[in-house]
Amino acid sequence: MKPLKIVVLAKQVPDTRHVGPDAMKPDGTVNRGKLSTIFNPDDLHALELALSIKDSIPDTKVTILTMGPQRAADIIREGYYRGVDDGIMISDRRFGGADTLATSYTLVKGLQKLAPFDLILGGRQAIDGDTAQVGPQCADKLRIPQVTYVEEIVKINDTEIIAKRRLEKGIEIVSSPFPCLMTVHGSSPDCRSRQAKNVMKYKYARTKTELRSADELMLSLHKKRPYLTIPEWSVEDIEADITKIGLSGSPTKVKSIENIVLTSNETKILSDSDTDIEMMIKELIEHHTIG
Amino acid sequence: MKSVLVYCEVENQKVAGISQELLSAGKRLAQKLNCPLEAMIFGKELKNIESQIAPYGVDKLFVGDDTRLEPYRTLPHAALATEVLKKEDPQIVLFGATSVGRDLAPRIASAVNCGLTADCTVLDIGDHFVKKEKKEYKDLLYAIRPAFGGSIMANIINWDMHPQMATVREGVMKKEIFDKNYITEVVNIDVDKMVKEEDFVVKIIERHIEESDVNLKDAPIIVAGGYGVGSKENFQHLQDLANLLGGEVGGSRAAVDAGFIDHNRQIGQTGTTVRPKLYIAAGISGAIQHTAGMQDSSLIISINNDAEAPINKLADYVINGDLAEVIPKMIKYYKANAK
Repeated sequence: MKPLKIVVLAKQVPDTRHVGPDAMKPDGTVNRGKLSTIFNPDDLHALELALSIKDSIPDTKVTILTMGPQRAADIIREGYYRGVDDGIMISDRRFGGADTLATSYTLVKGLQKLAPFDLILGGRQAIDGDTAQVGPQCADKLRIPQVTYVEEIVKINDTEIIAKRRLEKGIEIVSSPFPCLMTVHGSSPDCRSRQAKNVMKYKYARTKTELRSADELMLSLHKKRPYLTIPEWSVEDIEADITKIGLSGSPTKVKSIENIVLTSNETKILSDSDTDIEMMIKELIEHHTIG
Repeated sequence: MKSVLVYCEVENQKVAGISQELLSAGKRLAQKLNCPLEAMIFGKELKNIESQIAPYGVDKLFVGDDTRLEPYRTLPHAALATEVLKKEDPQIVLFGATSVGRDLAPRIASAVNCGLTADCTVLDIGDHFVKKEKKEYKDLLYAIRPAFGGSIMANIINWDMHPQMATVREGVMKKEIFDKNYITEVVNIDVDKMVKEEDFVVKIIERHIEESDVNLKDAPIIVAGGYGVGSKENFQHLQDLANLLGGEVGGSRAAVDAGFIDHNRQIGQTGTTVRPKLYIAAGISGAIQHTAGMQDSSLIISINNDAEAPINKLADYVINGDLAEVIPKMIKYYKANAK
């Protein structure tokens, strides 16, 4: 089996899944300041899938690619800690405000710079938008097949990859030739943990922008160990058309936003006593809600 | 031509319910815009398929009938839909936010280079003034969706890169017959001409689709559990209550993620939207992710240890207590009092 070149697309997102009571303001809206940033959960599943393929096919290389502001370099470091071979960060203020169309254009320009590759893996969707659009849009722009909602790789040979897809009402097993793009479903195996030796090796990995505020020690370390410097690509590096990126490349615009406030009607507060529960059940029966 | 175009899903000669919901939503938009409603459908053995589509007020239907088009595969459907879009130049294109629609719509949006708003729950028509251009854009699609974990509703518009596309969640649009004798013009597509051999490179080897016995959407009573239920075993209490009341069991995303309950029973922004006459939420804190999918229930009971759980604000009855004690009592007193 010939080794594969795999690229994992990963995104740093606000942790919208843990909107606990502390993240809710009294008016019922979200207090964004209380949300931390995390590795998008589905993208971690994609990373695991890539690493498990690397485990089974010798000399396979996994590269992690992210687009985002500087703090998204955490995604690259996290990738290194868990076992990727390379990481690349696409970062430039001018990419900001991108919707999915502009994002996929930008990622594809980066992927084309990385080419050739055999397989691109990304999470099914990111929790900050739940759109699930960027994967298929990248596949279209690269003119390669897409296989969405992948739960498991069933088989790989030199010409094709066979995967199990998780659909709303069942499963499908499909084969696709290389190269192709797959989006990975959250029902696939969880990502392996960080490995201590990787953490030791890469904990000082920094982008060149991060290095600007680094001390002498860090700089000399990067001189001695060039692999610690995370490549960082700007608009010029990926030769992106400025009209197709960021806000100007994004057709969808937010016209207005309305905070959802949980409306309270007349609420009856009951205890778990027999009296209270029997009273409620009787009312429900009386109003023909049940029975 | 100015029109609203709906992509219809079909399997075994049956048009999907979501697609009919979309046709109704599309008809309402088309009436506001005073323009025709069009639809496209790709599958196999589609003779007379228009009988399931015309009554929703469809003026023109594009049919791609070829054994290779069913079950759905991305590339051939994308090729056909893109051709129809280029030919008809519709103003608005709608897809279901289903496994199929969410796979297909972004691919098409990329191919025709337009905007796409995912998982809308409200569609409307309205205007927008663009300050930078000092120009008023009339009759735009307002694609309204929950965003940021469901804590906000965002109205998304697109005035400069047409068409305006949206995927719409299942169960949120009301399906209604417009005119059962409505006449649709059927246009048969020459599939061989529009789809290339290489569009069939992805092959389906196996397929298991369960005609799901789970029907949360139509259940009059739902007993739903969250992470607070604590275990798969504790969900049995919910099941017992649901069985007794003739309802279904559902769960929040946290309960599904924790493995307490199957993902096909997930209620919320990702999952099924429900509006039963009675919704019993046990151990559900009420992240907006969840409440977005059940807040229209007629009557809500929240059983929770945490008196401050956000869902309590929505509830008609709040029972402060442990569900493992409360639910058996509810069962006991229902049995004692029901006629």
